[in-house]
Order: sequence, then structure tokens, then C-alpha cells
Amino acid sequence: MRTPRLRLTRVLAAGVAAGLVLAGCGGGSDDGSGDTPSSVSQADIDKAMQTPTELTFWSWVPNIDKEIALFQKKYPAIKVKLVNAGQGEPQYTKLRTALKAGSGAPDVVQIEFQYIPTFTITGDLLDLRPYGAEALKDQFVDWTWGQVTGADGQVWAIPQDTGPMGMLYRQDIFDKYGIKPPATWDEFAAAARTLHTADPNVYLTNLAGNQNGAWMGLLWQAGARPFKTDGDQITVSVNDEASKKLAGYWGGLAKEGVIATDADFTDQWFQGLNRGKYATWLTAAWGPVFLSSSAKDTSGKWRAAPLPQWTAGANEAGNWGGSTSAVVKATKNPIAAAKFAEFLNTDPESTMMFATEQFLFPATKSLLSNPAFTDQKPAFYGGQQVNQVFAGISDTVATDFQWPPFLDQTVNDWDETVGKSLADRTDTVAALDQWQERITTYAKNQGFTVK
Amino acid sequence: MSTVTAAVPRRRRVASRRAAAGYLFVAPFLVVFVAMLVVPLAYAGYLSLFREQLIGGTTFAGLDNYTRALTDDRLLGGVARVGAFFAIQVPIMLGLALFFALALDSGALWLSRVLRLGIFVPYAVPSVVAALMWGYLYGPDFGPIAQLFDKVGWDAPNLLGADLMLGSLANVVTWEFTGYNMIILYAALRAVPTELYEAAAVDGAGAWRIAWSIKIPALRPALMLTLIFSVIGSFQLFNEPQLLQRLAPNVIDSAYTPNLYAYSLAFTSQDVNYAAAVSFLLGIVIVAVSYTVQLAANRRRS
Repeated sequence: MRTPRLRLTRVLAAGVAAGLVLAGCGGGSDDGSGDTPSSVSQADIDKAMQTPTELTFWSWVPNIDKEIALFQKKYPAIKVKLVNAGQGEPQYTKLRTALKAGSGAPDVVQIEFQYIPTFTITGDLLDLRPYGAEALKDQFVDWTWGQVTGADGQVWAIPQDTGPMGMLYRQDIFDKYGIKPPATWDEFAAAARTLHTADPNVYLTNLAGNQNGAWMGLLWQAGARPFKTDGDQITVSVNDEASKKLAGYWGGLAKEGVIATDADFTDQWFQGLNRGKYATWLTAAWGPVFLSSSAKDTSGKWRAAPLPQWTAGANEAGNWGGSTSAVVKATKNPIAAAKFAEFLNTDPESTMMFATEQFLFPATKSLLSNPAFTDQKPAFYGGQQVNQVFAGISDTVATDFQWPPFLDQTVNDWDETVGKSLADRTDTVAALDQWQERITTYAKNQGFTVK
Repeated sequence: MSTVTAAVPRRRRVASRRAAAGYLFVAPFLVVFVAMLVVPLAYAGYLSLFREQLIGGTTFAGLDNYTRALTDDRLLGGVARVGAFFAIQVPIMLGLALFFALALDSGALWLSRVLRLGIFVPYAVPSVVAALMWGYLYGPDFGPIAQLFDKVGWDAPNLLGADLMLGSLANVVTWEFTGYNMIILYAALRAVPTELYEAAAVDGAGAWRIAWSIKIPALRPALMLTLIFSVIGSFQLFNEPQLLQRLAPNVIDSAYTPNLYAYSLAFTSQDVNYAAAVSFLLGIVIVAVSYTVQLAANRRRS
């Protein structure tokens, strides 16, 4: 009703902007796979690091200019220009547009683990092996290295922070209703029923129908490996046995009405955390700090524990979130860019700063066993060594989980099938088949051979 | 004879000079119009004839994208939804706008300036803020409406649930745009010559009769304008559902309205070509509906 024509134009122009680009991209889409590229010599590296260079770096980590300053102090010739192009999806949209246009893309960019294949399928990331990245492998937690490595051993990015999943729970609510922190999912389901029967306004947890990240982390823990890409062949099995086990479990609890299924990171959800509507939050290692700043009223009442297990005595976890630094293939300064990504995430001072200033959960083994990090006793968690708990969990994340090469689409399809079934409390197992079908159709339309 | 032949070129010269001046005046508009509307439109049309795949690159697709769109249940569902939205929300909004405009124009209200401003203010509120505000009001557990129901002891309706969402959206849009339409109608009312009212008063017409027989007929062109705007606005519905989508992601899906669908196709599915085809078809639907509405009204008048 207001300026309608402008809106039409905006949508079209948006389509066009993205399309203009298509014309520009034409040829090069070799994905850099195949033989190991030859290494760059130390002399070349030294020379590049002393040549005056300007790098552009896209990141949404707050105050990351502090870590950048450390790099510039060590390599005064290199100047890093920081751009905050949005957090997550908005940044990826801009990145994709810039990559297709062939100009305006950064040299180094923050990319979450799960999005790496989405950018390697289009051949937009630089293999960091020639710049000595393989030698960094042992510094990082094994599963994080698995996440940044390609099918032929390419190193697509350097891990920055991680999100191994655990359970934050309200000690006071547990005490009040005589619930012990559940060690298995069976105990968890029993506790959900007990709690909700005792107080219909309280739910043991909230599983959001819009949070594919958490679902994927739980799938990861349950042992599902839904995606496998090999060139133009892709295996999609989001409705296999492990997935059905998970869907049957959560769909069942949702249908019974003993868990909440509110959309997360909304006003409603924040209030739910603050007012004790949810007694646990199944979250990632970045969750504890986030919670302590967004549910201040509940300080001292929370504790942390590993996720409940499918089999008693097992010790498995999945991951939700976390980022890497990747180098864009089109960069004019590959050496400086690769070394910057390396420095940011391996330099002891820089990684410690990420952990203590920005509260990112570390990806390096040394920091995860560093007492300065693990011995912190935040009052919000009643003095519990929360970092220690999550450092232990990080060791139990399986290393072979893979992501699809078109993540935006699978997430969107999940929201509208599996997520919707949770929110509407309908058949979640049947929704898995719909999800499978939608991904398969999309993959075929995009020219993949689906197995 | 000679005077005539001499006069014609001169007049023609004056005319052409005047025309040149005219073009010069519209040139800035024309440049922007061509660059920002015609070229993108043509380019989008061009794009809609291709197909780009992650594996296989770009190929010419002819009208495939259009035939796909015409049988796409998700798109057709969205069009049907905004059609229903138009049929229900627009009469309410324009009825209210007309009522307020007539009430203000009648001069029988106290504080008419304050009221006029008050009704118009929602239009000045950015739709982002409006959607956030309404999102808070609609909140199912802790929102004020739900709390009120709770106090009285009734079950609160889930205003962000699947059943009521379209109504909740219609409410936001009505709140936002009633004032805007009222201003258009009110301005048109002010342009009615007062002699007509005097003549009617002399003939013994009361306030209701004047409203029905003079004011509303005089408003017909303005009502037409607001109706066309509303057709376009309804079928282009985007901001409000997109903002409420964050609060109710499993209710408002990516194909809730055709515009949302086009956006999601372009930026989530990376299918710019199909998105362009969908946008074009939507444009055609809007033109057709607008034209039909106009034609129907004009026929009635003549």
C-alpha cells in the first residue's frame, strides 16, 4: 500500500543484482581438487610478509580488531581492513554476490563450519596446503580439522571457535521436583514427563522448530551421517535409522506436550529462559556465556553437564556452530591471506584473547587444556568450572560428520518439514520423508546425481 | 499565401522548441527511470529465460521457468493467500479510511487535527518497528494481549498461530495504512466546492444525505486510486510477513506470499532465474487485477 512499485523494483533489482553476476562468472569453476599443489617456499613467504599489502577481512566477531592488531604488530607491512558484512546468512549472501560479480570479495572471510562445502562446491575457497596449513593439524581438536578438510585432503579453512553440545540445566528447578541430571535420553524423557505433570507451566526443555543447527548437532550425536558429497554425486539420507530414532524421540515428546517447541532467539524465548519456563537448554559451548548475559535474573541457578546419551555409559556429542577463517580463491595476495588466517587462529596470544575477550570456545588443544581457561569459575553457574565440562565434551565429538553443498536450502526445507512438525506437534518421523524428498528434488534440479 | 507558408514553420519551430524543453525537464526522471526500472526489468526478463545449476552451469531454458511456475503449488498457494488477504483486509481498511475522512471533514469532531494526526502516525512508523511492536503485543505467553486474557481467566488465542496469522497480519497492515488512505480521501474531500454543500443545504439535505449523494460520488477517483494501491500492496505483501516470520518461523514459511517466495528462491535456493520468472508472473497478475478493477469501476461510472 505504500510505494508499491518501489517494492516490486526492489525485488526485481535484487534478482538482477544477483543475476548480473552470473554473466560475469562464466568460466572458471575448477574446484582445485586433484593433485596436491606444490608448496610455496619459505623465501616466498618471507618476501610476501614484508611487502606492503592490504588485506580485506570479513568477520562479525565483536572487537576482532584487537586480534588483528596483534597480527599487524608482528607483520607491520600488512594492513588488514576489517569489514563487518553481517552475521551468518546476510554475510554469505553478500559474499556470494561479490564472488559471482568477480569484484568486492574479501581476501579472508569468516565462515561457519557447516557452510564450508556450500562455498567449496562453487570453487570459491583457496586450498591452504601450499601455505603450510597441513602442519597445523595437530594443534586443533581432531573433529574441527575433519570439518575444514576436503574429500581429497584440501585444507579449506582454519578453525576459529567451536560449539560442542552440552546441557545447561536449572539446579533449583531440578532440586524442587527431585530430578537428577539425566544421563540418558530415556531418563531425560521420564524427567520431562515428571516435571510437566508437577508443574504444567514448566517444560524440561525447548526444542525450537526453527533451529536446524541444534537438530543437526543432535543428529551428529545420534550417529547419523546424512550427507556425503563426491564430486557431482551426493548421498542424502536424512530419513535413515538414526534420524528416525531421533525424530521419533523428539516428535513423541512434542506430541505428548511435555517439551516446549517455541522458536528460539525470540523475545518469547528469552523471557522463557528468564522466567523459568524451560528447565534446561540443550546448547553449544558458546551457550554458557550467551546465557549469562541474556538471562541475568537467573544467575547462580544454572549448571552444565554433557548431553544425555543414547546408551548408558556412552560418551558422545555433536557440534552446533563455530567458525573458521577461510581464504577466498580470487585473492591477489594468497600468501599474506593464508598466513593471516593461520596467525589469527594459532598464535597463542590471539587465541587466548578470543577465549577471554570475546568468549569464543577454543578449537585448539593447547587452550582447551590450559588451566587459565578451564579453571574459570563463573558465578552464574554457581562457581562450576563450565569450560572444563565443555572442554571434556569437545573430545567426544565424532570426526566424520559432513555437510551438504547447499546448506541454506536444506535448512529452509528442514524448517518447513521437520521443524514445522515439532512446532505443530504432528508426525515428525513422516516429516523426515518430506525433508528427504525436498532435498533430493533440489539436488537433482541443481544437476547432482542423487544416490 | 506567403504569410500562411511563413507562419507554419514558425509555429512548428516554436512547438518543437517547446517539446525539446519538455524532454529536457523530464530527462533526469527518465534517466533514473530507465536505469533503475526499465533496464533491471528487461534484465530480469532475460534472466528468466535461463537456468543455472551448481553442477552444469547456465543453459538456455526458454519458457521452462514460466511453465514450472504455473504448476508450482507453493506459488499458487501464496497467490491464493494474498488474494484472500486482499478480499478481506482491503474493504475493511478502505471502509475505515472513508469513515474517518468523512468524520473529519464533517467538522463535527473536537480535536480534529489531533485525531487526523493520530490516525496518520502509524504510517510514519517504519514497518520494521511496527512489526516488532505488534510481534510483542501478539506474544503467546508473555504478550500483553495474552496476559489480559489470562487475567480474565480465558484461554488466550494464539495470534501467531497458523489459524490466526493472516488475520494478525491484516490487522498490522490495516493499522499501518488506514491513515495513509484516509489522508488521500480527506484531501479529495477538501477539494469539493463548498457551493455544492450550500446548494444541498438549501434543498434541505442533511449531513448523511450530503455524505451519500455528494461526498462519496466526489471521492470516486480518489477511492479508485487507493483501491489500486491496495491491490498492488496486497499482492506484494512482503515486509510484514517477513518480520513476523522471525517470531513464527514455522507458521510463515518461505512461500507464504509470492514476494517472500521470490526472495527465498533468489537468496536461499540460489535460483535467480526461476525467481525472476516468478516475479514477472506476479507482476502480470498485479497488472491484470488492477486493470480489471479499474475497468469495472469505469464501466459503472459511464
